[in-house]
Amino acid sequence: MKYIPDALRRLWHRMGSPRWFYETTGPWVPWLAAAAALLIGVGTVWGLAYAPPDYLQGDSFRIIYIHVPAAYLAQAGYILMAICGVVLLVWRMKLADMVMATVAPIGAAFTFLALATGSIWGKPTWGTYWIWDARITSVLILLFLYLGIMGLRRAIERPEAAGRACAILAIVGVINIPIIKYSVDWWMTLHQPATFSVTSAPAMPAIMWVPLLLNVLGFNLLFAVSVIQGTRTEVLIRERRTRWVTDLCRGEQA
Amino acid sequence: MHPKRKQRLLVIGVLVCGVGLTTALVLNALNENINLFYPPDQIVAGMAPIDQRIRAGGVVVEGSVFRETGSMTVSFLISDLAGSEVPVTFEGILPNLFGEGQGIVANGRLGADGVFVASEVLAKHDENYMPAELAAMAGRKPPMGNEVDSGSNSYSAGG
Repeated sequence: MKYIPDALRRLWHRMGSPRWFYETTGPWVPWLAAAAALLIGVGTVWGLAYAPPDYLQGDSFRIIYIHVPAAYLAQAGYILMAICGVVLLVWRMKLADMVMATVAPIGAAFTFLALATGSIWGKPTWGTYWIWDARITSVLILLFLYLGIMGLRRAIERPEAAGRACAILAIVGVINIPIIKYSVDWWMTLHQPATFSVTSAPAMPAIMWVPLLLNVLGFNLLFAVSVIQGTRTEVLIRERRTRWVTDLCRGEQA
Repeated sequence: MHPKRKQRLLVIGVLVCGVGLTTALVLNALNENINLFYPPDQIVAGMAPIDQRIRAGGVVVEGSVFRETGSMTVSFLISDLAGSEVPVTFEGILPNLFGEGQGIVANGRLGADGVFVASEVLAKHDENYMPAELAAMAGRKPPMGNEVDSGSNSYSAGG
């Protein structure tokens, strides 16, 4: 492992310290929150009020400005949780467990938002709120995985054991992510295939996708700030008996 | 890397590969059942069961939509755009996006005569989004909705 740069190695070791995380990320929070609010504000107003309506769906297509970022973060959040699971199991890094515990409810919320907005859009477009096609069913499984991980953590009393159990479930469940992604290509579904891909131009003009891009960036920052703030809270709760946390609390009271 | 960590990483790798392989085999075995609908070529080839609740999906053939006078019954052909066509009849309210050239998924039963009797018709949307001006330039029409336009030869009064 000699080819890993020194700076990266030092960062990796520091991340083992929840205190370092708490103190470093503190100043980021207001900036991230402000940038998220700005991007989501501009993207949403632009998308809902100024982007042209779709020639087939009319105004109902505008739900993509919420649906697509939510669905994307639902999956990205799960991958983050699985990576934290690997880090926890292999390197026994406490911070990874704290991030994992924070991501689960946030990811579940985005998954629910994706399913709910999709359902609201499905009625006027498809003619039904719900259909058991491969895409929608696999996203519902994603929601159940998130809820299962949240429940598992509360069901096991010892935090270390709970963390490891959640890590294994998160890692095993990551199989569902490629299934969600490729469900619309592998099987015949009612849900349409992807509009955006890395390899080809979007199947949508720029006046429609620019506000979507702003919202995707904004939702990313919203997700980041939620995870950072949640993890900071988790750090304080779990390290409440350490000297630095008691000092911190005393300093705040004074 | 510490040998113990290397070993743990290996165990996780094996676990993920094992679960992945199992899932792939299960999904492969269930392949037919995960598909939401039968495409026209499978129905024409007799691969779809007769008189059972199934779904059929395809593109509504241009000029094939026919409305019976004085009733809600609509009949049309669905195609896979590769030569196979299946006749469908439906009595009820069609979704707004239904139209000639649009993809649909119909829920119903296939008769022995090869006509699919639908009890529900859902519109399938594709991945393309376009403002009306661009669509007009590209020669795409907005959907007819439930009203078949009067220019169509299959139009009949009523409704």
